[in-house]
Amino acid sequence: MIELRNPANILTAIVIGLCAVVPFLAPALGEPFYVIVFARIMIWAIAAVSLNLIMGYGGMISFGHAVYLGIGGYTIGILAFHGVNNAWIQWPLGIGICALISLIFGAISLRTRGVYFIMITLALAQMIFFLSVSAERYGSDDGLNILGRSDFGLPFYNLSDKLTMYYTIFAFLLLSVFVSWRLIHSRFGVVMRAAKSNDTRVQAVGVSTYRYRLTAFVIAGVMCGIAGMLQANLENFVSPDMMNWPRSGELIFMVVLGGMSTLFGPVTGAFVFLMLSEILSTWTIHWHIIFGPFLVLVVIFARGGIAGLLTPRAARE
Amino acid sequence: MSSAAANPALEARTLRKSFGGLTATDNLSLEVAAGEIHAVIGPNGAGKTTFVNLLSGLMKPDAGDILLEGRDITRLSAPARVKQGLVRSFQITSIFRDFTVLENVMLSVQAGQGHSFRFWAPAAKDESLRGPARELLEKVGLGDRIDVVAGNLAHGEQRQLEIAISLATHPRLLLLDEPMAGMGPEESQGMIEFLKALKGEYTMLLIEHDMDAVFALADRITVLVYGKAIATGTPDEIRGDAAVRAAYLGDDSSEGAA
Repeated sequence: MIELRNPANILTAIVIGLCAVVPFLAPALGEPFYVIVFARIMIWAIAAVSLNLIMGYGGMISFGHAVYLGIGGYTIGILAFHGVNNAWIQWPLGIGICALISLIFGAISLRTRGVYFIMITLALAQMIFFLSVSAERYGSDDGLNILGRSDFGLPFYNLSDKLTMYYTIFAFLLLSVFVSWRLIHSRFGVVMRAAKSNDTRVQAVGVSTYRYRLTAFVIAGVMCGIAGMLQANLENFVSPDMMNWPRSGELIFMVVLGGMSTLFGPVTGAFVFLMLSEILSTWTIHWHIIFGPFLVLVVIFARGGIAGLLTPRAARE
Repeated sequence: MSSAAANPALEARTLRKSFGGLTATDNLSLEVAAGEIHAVIGPNGAGKTTFVNLLSGLMKPDAGDILLEGRDITRLSAPARVKQGLVRSFQITSIFRDFTVLENVMLSVQAGQGHSFRFWAPAAKDESLRGPARELLEKVGLGDRIDVVAGNLAHGEQRQLEIAISLATHPRLLLLDEPMAGMGPEESQGMIEFLKALKGEYTMLLIEHDMDAVFALADRITVLVYGKAIATGTPDEIRGDAAVRAAYLGDDSSEGAA
């Protein structure tokens, strides 16, 4: 399945390998700052992997996916604000709330298609965004500082430890890719991919696709919510900005950039997107002038994203 | 014919559907006996497509009932009708173009095995899907094409795959919407042979434009004009029917018009 002569897979291996060793490599090279850069990249990568699940494999272009980053993050933040740091309360609750909200949002938006689906997911997400902006108690648009990280009450596992935090994120990244891989090849995934390709035909063999699309939407929402909970813990901070619509747009870009409907595409997409903005922004404050056209060129000339560009023609299909 | 049969495979009773002022289906009644190929013919605009959509559940009739083996299915959704055994094929080829031929049929086999909320085991290696799909494809003559991506098949083969997908759901009644659409003479002849081989095994309601195909295949024919069934009978009876000749058959110049 993983063909190592394929340059796209080599790039994936490099990115994953870098993520694995950066906590040791970066300080050794005198650039300890890159540890947190990579931790952030991996969190965005998890969110992008979750979006790819519905967008790449299910054809559901959600323009409000970052809202689950915010919902997951704020669950941790608000509970911590009220003194609840117990992870065994925080995490199940965060997952439950993300599942419930994505179920409601999905049930509404999946009744529409195309541009309407894009607009409705955007509108619903912005609703939560404005709710967080108006929540004065929780800092409004200044955001909310989180005093303590999730406490699992385990002797050898403490998120306050930098390495533990980093490798927890790394483990969740690998898990999200593994779960996606199992899902898309399961019977469930076959229905999802078939419905993307030809929904009418799936209905005509007796499957009402709505329930399957909705289930996928909820799975992706929960996965992205977990990324948000990790982000809240990493930064000790949540703010409305993490779920504002430009974040959802960036997630779409990461997926497209890396290669839609490829397993590791969103990971390399998140890596290239964030590293490039990191590097370009150190050159000039007008880095968007370079970054914007670059993204446009990728969309025009590399329809399959980086994965499509690097995969030899013969190996596709 | 044997009107003594307990329940017809499919029965439409006084179906009506109008769009604004246009009555596309006008008090249409029709019975398909189990095991037969029943053809519905009619000039363009006769209401064939509306009729197919009413039967398959894509549209709801304004009035009338649809019974499948005696059970009322008028109010069922399209997927629910498929589960009851009423399965259609499409006039415009509707396949999964980026799936292989085998995967196309495997999905259909999977749909026939109950729900697909199975999230973990890989479907591609599942012998309970591969086996029946391969068997069916061999039967319909696509056995040596199973690993070809469906979009790369020849047009005629795609039309056969279209029907194979429908067959894999074990239909009680197969609703074929213009299976010869877009085919040249040789391809049409191939499709006629293909459907002939299925005759007897499946009950079929054949909606078709191609007269040669209809007269070669059908046990009975219903002629549709302006949403009404103006005649039903054996091919010979239809050939000799004065009203049919006047409305449709005899008048070659009007075919394809209206």
